[in-house]
Amino acid sequence: MTAAEITAPAIELRGLRKSFGRNEVLKGIDLSIAPRQVVCIIGASGSGKSTLLRCVNRLEEPTGGQVLIDGIDITHPDCDLDLVRQNIGMVFQQFNLFPHLTALGNVTLAQRKVLKRSDDDANRVAREMLDRVGLAEKADSYPAQLSGGQQQRVAIARALAMNPEMMLFDEATSALDPELVGDVLDVMRTLASEGMTMLVVTHEMGFARRVADHVVFMDQGVVCEQGRPDDVLGNPQTPRLQQFLEKVLEH
Amino acid sequence: MTDIPVTNDVRLGEGDLPELYRSGRAKQARARRNRILSYIAGLLVLAFIVAIGDWSKIQRLYLDPDKARSLFPDIITIAAKNTVIYTLAAFLGGVAIGLLMAIMKMSSLRPYRWFAVTYIEIFRGLPALLTITLVGFVTPTALGVKFPEILGVPTAGIIALSLVAGAYLAETIRAGIQGVPPGQVEAARSLGMTPNQTLRIVVIPQAFRLVIPPLTNEMVLLLKDTALLSALGTTTATVELTKFGRDAFSKDFNGTPFIVAGVIYLMLTIPLTYVVGRLEKRNMRTR
Repeated sequence: MTAAEITAPAIELRGLRKSFGRNEVLKGIDLSIAPRQVVCIIGASGSGKSTLLRCVNRLEEPTGGQVLIDGIDITHPDCDLDLVRQNIGMVFQQFNLFPHLTALGNVTLAQRKVLKRSDDDANRVAREMLDRVGLAEKADSYPAQLSGGQQQRVAIARALAMNPEMMLFDEATSALDPELVGDVLDVMRTLASEGMTMLVVTHEMGFARRVADHVVFMDQGVVCEQGRPDDVLGNPQTPRLQQFLEKVLEH
Repeated sequence: MTDIPVTNDVRLGEGDLPELYRSGRAKQARARRNRILSYIAGLLVLAFIVAIGDWSKIQRLYLDPDKARSLFPDIITIAAKNTVIYTLAAFLGGVAIGLLMAIMKMSSLRPYRWFAVTYIEIFRGLPALLTITLVGFVTPTALGVKFPEILGVPTAGIIALSLVAGAYLAETIRAGIQGVPPGQVEAARSLGMTPNQTLRIVVIPQAFRLVIPPLTNEMVLLLKDTALLSALGTTTATVELTKFGRDAFSKDFNGTPFIVAGVIYLMLTIPLTYVVGRLEKRNMRTR
């Protein structure tokens, strides 16, 4: 491994653009996330933050610019995305657990089919991960039998079981009842403290302030302001961020 | 703290009701009168049928116990058994064809889509009887192929029924596949699954759960369509329920075999719909 590769950012976006038809949602984003760093993206709905996240593992196809993962350009036409995605865990707003499988089945499926782990290995890892998110005793429950918070934690376990290098969280707590948000945030906070590289799109300002190393405020498809959480959230420079924070923190 | 008055001795219906809202009473009376009139109308129709029917003749021609007894055991061990075997075989064939056509119709390759659309339009548009006779009589002549009997099952008819069922099932299965939420595909792909794996182990199992009710409906239709297979000619070993009934009828023109065959059909179809109802409920729990 060369020195350049060792120091490469975990995630780097260079002039990232994305349009849906005539509507340009991302207007040239530059962003760099170091290994073990936790970055929170905040912004009003429609600001492009979810689209940005989904471009990182190319669930959304960028229309311009580059996405580099560990220094590798994954927007290259020859890039094997299935291989790249094994290393990037993703957690969705709507959980997207497989409803026809138990919690254990959800966590073992990709291990067996993608990583080709044996049933025994996959089960062992799955139980370990379910234990890690505090749901060891729910291994045999189906998603429909779990609360939203429990489903989201299973979804996190499912992503972690692939031993990803980094995790993407797309408004992971936005679909949850207020009393269930804390459990999920706790798991995310633990994950952050263990050194996981995390890119987190969130409306939870408290989480951003306490857990993030770096906060990015997006507005109308551009990065409007970024920096240390205390600076961005405590001392906003731009009127747009000031307005946004006023609205969010009003309640 | 002030005392909350105890109100547990209030009776149902003893509250005040303003005059404007008392029209509810007249509406309830009207509904009751309509219900009684419906019963009376039904009873009159029934009485009319009983009065005009020649019941001794009906019993002799349709409910003759001796004639019914003479049908057993063959009507079960041969005819009903064949009907079930033909249904299952054609259903499996139909699901295989339907799944293939559903996937082809969603293909990114235009010729595959065209093929699937053409197939579906043709076999959905033709009467099943025409397809059966076409496959059974014309294909062997035209292509010089002879359909073998596998385990005593006349394959030409089964293939024809599979082709017809496949056309209907293709649309059903496609609707099921498209009914699986896109988030499922995204979750699978984000875990590194290939498009093929995603379809096979995430989408299709869920799609089949969605389409169990229409799938069973198709199976019931297929069960009844096996009656059309007799158009290709049958032997005493390959006869199914309807043909068996007709053969027994033609001996002495006593209609009892039709009634017995009909009861057996219902004994097959009604449990099927019942089992599916149960399956549906179980699936609701796991979704």
